[in-house]
Amino acid sequence: MTRCIRRCAALCLVLLLALAVNAVRVTVVEAGSYARDPANRRIAIARYEHPRGGILVGGASVTGSQQTGGQLAYARTYRDGPLYAPVTGFASQTYGTSLLEGTEDGLLSGTSSQLASVPLWNEITRDRQRPGDVHTTIDAAAQKAAYDGLAGRRGAVAAVDPATGRILALVSSPSYDPGLLAGTGPAVTDQWQRLNDDPAQPMLDRAIRQTYPPGSTFKVVTAAAALESGAVADLDAPTDSPDPYRLPGTTWSLTNEGRGCEDASVYDAFRVSCNTVFAKLGADVGLTAMARQAEAFGFNDDGLRVPPAVARSNFDTRMSRDQVALSSIGQFDTTATPLQMAMVAAAVGNGGELMRPYLVDRVTNHGGAVVAHTRPERLHRAVSEATAGQLQELMEAVVSDGTGTNAAIPGAVVGGKTGTAQHGVGNKGTPYAWFISYAKPPGANRAAVAVAVVVEDAEAARADISGGGSAAPIARAVMQSVLAAPPRPYDQPVS
Amino acid sequence: MSATSADAPPPKAPPAAARPAAPPGSRRRGVELSLTVAAVLVSVYGYAEVGLATRGAVPRDAAGYGAGLALLAVLAHLAVRARAPYADPLLLPIAVLLNGFGLVLIYRLDLEPSLGPRAAPTQLVWSTLGITLFVLVVLALDDHRVLARYSYLGVTAALALMAAPIFFPAVNGAKIWIRVAGFSIQPGEFAKVLLAVFFAAYLSANRAALAYTGRQVFGLRRLQLPTGRVLGPVLAIWLLSVGLLVLERDLGTSLLFFGLFVVLLYVATGRTGWVAVGLLLSAAGAVAVGSLEPHVHSRVEDWLHPFASVHAGLGPGQLAQSLYAFGNGAVLGTGLGQGHSELIGFATKSDFILATAGEELGLVGLCALLALYALLVARGMRAGLALRDPFGRLLAVGLASILALQVFVIAGGVTDLIPLTGMAMPFLAQGGSSVVTNWIIVALLIRVSDSARRPPPALPEEDAP
Repeated sequence: MTRCIRRCAALCLVLLLALAVNAVRVTVVEAGSYARDPANRRIAIARYEHPRGGILVGGASVTGSQQTGGQLAYARTYRDGPLYAPVTGFASQTYGTSLLEGTEDGLLSGTSSQLASVPLWNEITRDRQRPGDVHTTIDAAAQKAAYDGLAGRRGAVAAVDPATGRILALVSSPSYDPGLLAGTGPAVTDQWQRLNDDPAQPMLDRAIRQTYPPGSTFKVVTAAAALESGAVADLDAPTDSPDPYRLPGTTWSLTNEGRGCEDASVYDAFRVSCNTVFAKLGADVGLTAMARQAEAFGFNDDGLRVPPAVARSNFDTRMSRDQVALSSIGQFDTTATPLQMAMVAAAVGNGGELMRPYLVDRVTNHGGAVVAHTRPERLHRAVSEATAGQLQELMEAVVSDGTGTNAAIPGAVVGGKTGTAQHGVGNKGTPYAWFISYAKPPGANRAAVAVAVVVEDAEAARADISGGGSAAPIARAVMQSVLAAPPRPYDQPVS
Repeated sequence: MSATSADAPPPKAPPAAARPAAPPGSRRRGVELSLTVAAVLVSVYGYAEVGLATRGAVPRDAAGYGAGLALLAVLAHLAVRARAPYADPLLLPIAVLLNGFGLVLIYRLDLEPSLGPRAAPTQLVWSTLGITLFVLVVLALDDHRVLARYSYLGVTAALALMAAPIFFPAVNGAKIWIRVAGFSIQPGEFAKVLLAVFFAAYLSANRAALAYTGRQVFGLRRLQLPTGRVLGPVLAIWLLSVGLLVLERDLGTSLLFFGLFVVLLYVATGRTGWVAVGLLLSAAGAVAVGSLEPHVHSRVEDWLHPFASVHAGLGPGQLAQSLYAFGNGAVLGTGLGQGHSELIGFATKSDFILATAGEELGLVGLCALLALYALLVARGMRAGLALRDPFGRLLAVGLASILALQVFVIAGGVTDLIPLTGMAMPFLAQGGSSVVTNWIIVALLIRVSDSARRPPPALPEEDAP
């Protein structure tokens, strides 16, 4: 019997040892895969356990957190949600994140290892890292001016600082309050449904995610290609341009809205926006040079991140001559985001140098120490200094004595270009009104702000749509608000 | 033991010489008292830590809770000191620690409103009742052999207890509860002890007949079946109890009884054939029940594929949630009050209590708990080894096996080692009947270990067979 008891005791020991070994399996070996399982609610609980880090505009947070009283302790709140939605995106307990809330999520939720003040310390204590704050490059006054300028009409505004690439304004209209999506429950799912079903697409970030035919604003690129390729040497020399212009290889003739385009000089043709002159100019310059110039301004780039991804602006690289002609006046398959067209204006205003646009100036950890800082970076040299000077001459004439006089700012040098883009099947859709411009502060030879405005104004009668009428005043307001503010150093983090 | 030996007076003679003489000092009641006090302190510390971690303050009733637990523990100690002075000094402290810590875990889970009404106060009442019964058993029961006389009365009571829930409505798919005056009682828990006593008594009385008579099967001496006359009553009662449990769909307890029966049969007769027959029977039973009974079938499926519902897009089931909890605990645990085992939902405080321990105390805490259970079982087995009367030996082994099997069935279930069957983690889990029964088991172990360690009267020593 003694031997049997010993064996029985040994069996019990084996059973308990099996439990211990299995405990090692579930707590150590499999722990990683359990922790990564999206069905494991702990991921969400830990994520919302503490208030989320802030997204700051001009040193003031445009976001906050509030206690929900539920399992996911803190939900996102937004100050001026619709105003900043194209910048912040949303951080929802139900639908995930978008835009800056998405790209900077690791920093805002505190998981990023960048935030650790002492390496591995949090791994040992198992404390959750406090989240960091994301300081944007947005200029609150410019953002507000752009938003108020659109006044609820469908459209978008993008503004950049040409010298650095800092994005000063990103506005999309109509907008929405991302705070409506922050939490969980039927109220949130109803709002999500409503916003997604809305034909006005309020959640679409038009400034960087929507591409439009750029229309006549693309003539800046065509003029640049003509100047860079040597096809045009003297801006004031008459060109050999018929009016109407029959597109090469077709029977279709292009006309102009205004008069005086026949054999007009590039200077005059740009000032009054002659389609015939620039279509022929593009066709004469040729596809290769046109495409190279468009790409130098940032077209055909899939990889631009500000850090939210920017939609690809398109200039086709395989076209017939008539298609090149149409593309050169911003029609056919040529499309651009408002940010892309702001980059075109910025490169011209900045002496031909195109800076990489960015939205995050710096990231600070909970203690306020800077853990990441964006340095301005050159993206391309778009055009030579000399060509940039000539393009400035053209664009400044548009504002002083052309289609864009509505953008003039007393005391400042403003260059711009209007655009009215046809679209839709057979060009029957309501045209888009464009305006792109830059402004130099008094006495400066480089621009301090470049802006692109597009208004999809569906309400207005077709005749009233013109970049100069609808879009230029918005651009002026944005430029004025930037020029009014004292210049701020961009390369020194605010302590 | 080296840590605790400081509490005992230094032996004057070398230990080897002192053991048979057993001077009063080797009763080691001082060790028991200091360990018991330590167990109470650990529990109070855990109680305070829950408060500090969740509310930033020591709970207001921490002192009262500690004082109550200390009072009960000291009363139990005094009873042992008075009536079982030679009892194993580790049994009581381990029971107090497990019970105290179980209360801490339940108190912690009471902070989660999603888990229903508070359970810790009720559990404290049941623990008090359990310790009271412990004291009564230690005081009233002079000699464990008395129990053998009432074994048939006991088994009748056990069957009645097990049959009672049939007349009450099923709760969560199992007919194992009866409701009296607002309290839910699981009579099957009490039946465990009665059945262990009966098996021990019957097998010790008939072990010679069971071991040495009977027909040979296939001419093999080892595979020898006893005559029907001897085995009949045992098989009948075992079949009856297992049948009742299958009717009530409480498979955990059914498994436990079966295991207990096989273990005791093997220990009583020394025949490996019993183990083989037992394993065959259980394998056949498992296959039959697993394929016929949908309730059990789903448990087996869960065991094989704990994340099947996740992959099916239905969200994690209880077992998956339990595994997430263990995984989140990792080696050191999140700390008391800082895990999220409330996600398990139903039965978090009872069947799944180990998941909370695993998440908040980690692998380290789990191993500590398993070591405590292992010590408790080992001490029971040791008492069985040291005893001379077969009934006592079988009783000690039976009681220790009940604890070991119970721990294995439920801990293995919630960690996906074996299919999950509902059962209470001894002393830790919410459940009044269980905690009371476990205290009675410990009281009986105290009683048998006292007999085992009591210095023999001045008689010539006889060798155990």
